[in-house]
Amino acid sequence: MEFPEGLKYSKEHEWVLVEGNTATIGITEYAQEELGDIVYVELPEIAEKIVKDDPFGAVESVKAVSDVYAPVSGTVLEINDVLPDNPETINDDPYGDGWMIRVELTDKDDLKDLMDAEEYAEYVAQQKEDDDDEEEDDESEEDEEEEEKG
Amino acid sequence: MNRTPLYAVHRRAGAKMVDFAGWEMPVQYTGVIEEHQAVRRQAGLFDVSHMGEIEVRGPGALDFCQGISANDVARMSEFQAQYNLLLNERGGVVDDVIFYRLPADVFFICVNASNIDKDYSWIAEHAGAAVEVENVSAKYAQLALQGPAAATIIQPLTLADLGTMKPFHFAFADVGSVRCLVARTGYTGEDGFELYCNAADAAQLWSALLEAGAPAGLVPTGLGARDTLRLEKAYPLYGHELDDDTTPLEAGLEWVTKFSKPTFVGREALLKQKQEGVKRRLAGLELVGPGIARSGYELFKGGQSIGRVSSGTKSPSLGKSIALAYVVSAQAQLGNEIEVEIRGRRVQAKIVSLPFYRR
Repeated sequence: MEFPEGLKYSKEHEWVLVEGNTATIGITEYAQEELGDIVYVELPEIAEKIVKDDPFGAVESVKAVSDVYAPVSGTVLEINDVLPDNPETINDDPYGDGWMIRVELTDKDDLKDLMDAEEYAEYVAQQKEDDDDEEEDDESEEDEEEEEKG
Repeated sequence: MNRTPLYAVHRRAGAKMVDFAGWEMPVQYTGVIEEHQAVRRQAGLFDVSHMGEIEVRGPGALDFCQGISANDVARMSEFQAQYNLLLNERGGVVDDVIFYRLPADVFFICVNASNIDKDYSWIAEHAGAAVEVENVSAKYAQLALQGPAAATIIQPLTLADLGTMKPFHFAFADVGSVRCLVARTGYTGEDGFELYCNAADAAQLWSALLEAGAPAGLVPTGLGARDTLRLEKAYPLYGHELDDDTTPLEAGLEWVTKFSKPTFVGREALLKQKQEGVKRRLAGLELVGPGIARSGYELFKGGQSIGRVSSGTKSPSLGKSIALAYVVSAQAQLGNEIEVEIRGRRVQAKIVSLPFYRR
């Protein structure tokens, strides 16, 4: 799994590329993999204000809809016009052609709360481990049941 | 959480697992759309061992089954299967099921995973001395091999003549070396078979089928694709289109409901509803505007609430956003232009004929 250097990452699995006072935002490879085939993307309008930690859009897989949370506050400068007709671009290239919006940052201090690539890689590893732990717990429970039946 | 005998097999195959009705089931292996297309074009193999089975036996079995179900069970010969409904006294759907008529006064009923205990209690409560009712769900696994290549894939593995087996017919036969009830039934709208075997044999049958089918493009398919496939064909899913408070007349299942039978549970309530008029109906929606209508979303016409979505998705076969919805009868006519509220936005939709997808 890729965690490109130079990007900032949120706990909700969005990435941010900062260039001067603008930030490009998308969802991470881990996020798209968890969602599965993306079939619809809802984006804000240009000039709309997005607020850190509030949903600014949504991505929908065949099965479910998920909010996309703003990792920073800002004003929308540009949206990725490719996505409405080709939402699967996010699955194919989450860090490149699958970018979602570009915003003008309201407050550069927002970036302090985000993780760098190394921290995010650890965060994802931790989340996967938590999933595996749950599975192991399940298995031991099942073993106990089996013993009771026997 | 319950697991099927194939749980470890799914994990090894890299399936993403989800909770479905208390069962830890594979929702996808490689991707829902790819698996959906495999079933429409070649074939897919589903583990549906979470489904339950209830057996009704004894000299009174036929009469008993007639009394507890809406369809006419007597129309089945031995080795035939039939889609059927168990109804409550109010005409609401206890479950939608498949009856298999076995020789010697035995009926094998395949029921939804979410309803196994409810169905068993309900059937047992109604049973008299002339029948024996047994919940045999734990004994059996069920695999569904679905798609245009299904018969070609299974035939070399069995002596049963699949070429002459009609839809909704079945046979007992070895597949590979596994004893099965092989039925030409399914939930995808494609040709295909459902195979019931002993739970202990499931892994062997699974790998024999996958191996035999691989050259023809057979792939394992999860519940995600099963849902998009059934939705394109407008097959109801219990808990979405059907529940204890929904009648077959509302759900578009009057064809299953045989009023020609003098008695069955729910008959009086349904006759009354038929006379008084059905107030809401299941309808097909196609979204004209952007978005996907999900279960529970509200429908509007001229600002008035007129119903709710029961299931919705982006159809992989049609590339359109489709949904099933309960709509007040006065607004359920084909072509009617309505609105769906999607996350605070009103999006245009129209009522279309069902099924959405035709082979």
